[in-house]
Amino acid sequence: MSVDDVTGGLAVEITGLKKSFGTLDVLKGIDVQVNRGDVVCIIGPSGSGKSTLLRCVNLLEEPSGGKIVVNGTELTDPDVDIDAARTRIGMVFQSFNLFSHLNVLNNLMVAQRKVLKRGAQQAQDVALRNLERVGLSDKVNAMPGQLSGGQQQRVAIARALSMDPDVMLFDEPTSALDPELVGDVLGVMRQLADEGMTMLVVTHEMQFAREVADRVLFMDGGYVVEEGPAAQVIGAPQHERTQSFLARVLDPTHQGPRD
Amino acid sequence: MALSKRQRAKAFRIGQYALLVVVAVVLAFVADWSEIQRSFFNLDIAAEMFPNVITVALTNTLVYTALGFAFGLALGLVLALMKLSPVAPYRWLATIYIEFFRGVPALLVFIALSFGVPLAFGLQFDIYSTVMLALGIVGAAYMAETIRAGIQAVPKGQIEAARSLGMSHGRTLLTVVIPQAFRIILPPLTNELILLTKDSSLIYIIGLARDQYELTKFGRETLSRSPSLTPILVVGLCYLIITLPLGHLSRYLERRTGGKKISTPESTGLGVSA
Repeated sequence: MSVDDVTGGLAVEITGLKKSFGTLDVLKGIDVQVNRGDVVCIIGPSGSGKSTLLRCVNLLEEPSGGKIVVNGTELTDPDVDIDAARTRIGMVFQSFNLFSHLNVLNNLMVAQRKVLKRGAQQAQDVALRNLERVGLSDKVNAMPGQLSGGQQQRVAIARALSMDPDVMLFDEPTSALDPELVGDVLGVMRQLADEGMTMLVVTHEMQFAREVADRVLFMDGGYVVEEGPAAQVIGAPQHERTQSFLARVLDPTHQGPRD
Repeated sequence: MALSKRQRAKAFRIGQYALLVVVAVVLAFVADWSEIQRSFFNLDIAAEMFPNVITVALTNTLVYTALGFAFGLALGLVLALMKLSPVAPYRWLATIYIEFFRGVPALLVFIALSFGVPLAFGLQFDIYSTVMLALGIVGAAYMAETIRAGIQAVPKGQIEAARSLGMSHGRTLLTVVIPQAFRIILPPLTNELILLTKDSSLIYIIGLARDQYELTKFGRETLSRSPSLTPILVVGLCYLIITLPLGHLSRYLERRTGGKKISTPESTGLGVSA
């Protein structure tokens, strides 16, 4: 029996997800379903809860309520082995978070060795293959501090891929980059999407979302306000809040209505 | 003629140099140089101290310090982890320990270990155990706070990255947090090592055999046979042979880690934003 038979082709299923920090309700009941192989982009103004939503998917944030199922495993079940589940969920951060005391190769190998218990040779083969995928084979021995932001982020993607994840989470992967370095990272992500990786991407790159995403979610105030195919949500938004957000993002000098 | 501000500053500086020169000249004429040489720089006495001051005293000081530092570092790490533990009694115990042993003189700990513990528990430590435990117990109290600060200085994003790769809490600590924390605290730890080097002299209190002398005891022993301060000067210089390079190392490490800290931009906190 394949995984698809159990999950009905769903990679991620989020039901009634709530999250509060103290008295601050950040997520107020989120329902999201992501099909295997789909790319879903999450957009929305800052403070809308989109990063928190993403961080709940691998339980970096403990949900206050609701249910999260990834590849048929309910992560919100208290008895679940969350460490094992996380090995199947790759995460890429805004600030890269490469291990600063390890060189590039060891950044890619350390979790394979210590968590997946792969042998040195196998771990190295996997690492080198993924480094090639992101176009940084020549940086094997570099320390993170010697790399540009774009290179660091591509190494971070390769590190996540080295665990052979089923789902990849991207939390504003290009927001900390100089504008001229954004393209390299988006290129790698686009290639990953073409290869059929299931991806959840929190981003401000509307062009990327429009071209790569199968679906776009617009979040505001802790709710998913609007969702649908990328062309529809970004090109012809139905909801007033989506319209005003997109007007501001796509044309920052625009003097349209503010909320 | 009124001087400009800059001219006044210059005149003031010249005045200070002139004062230094005058003091030096006066000292040179007033001081009894032969007396000073006899009491501080008696080459015969100094020569007599070699080679034992190096082969015995300096070596023992290094060994005692290394033992104490190693034990103190291990105990300090345990205490630091206890202070950061979610289990409240661990935190209390660590706090009590640190406050107590930071607050009492190291000499008291040496006395307690060499005289009190044998009396109370019937345990007799050899000299190496005594110096390791005493220096380590005191050193750990200081190092624990340093290590705790280092662990807390590791950016949160590093921990999140490790956890998101499936590392357990303990694995993350061992593989990511502690190695990075030690890079951060290397300069202050080097200073702890300098302090311990000097505190190793306190072992004299337990009574040492001749081949167990460390630098200070060796100096005092020589002093009791020679009417000159030369032995003290010699062992003082021996301490500097140890501590000056350590001080330089500390500053070098500080420059290196200060210039290029953690490679990632500061992680963005709780992720409530965006």
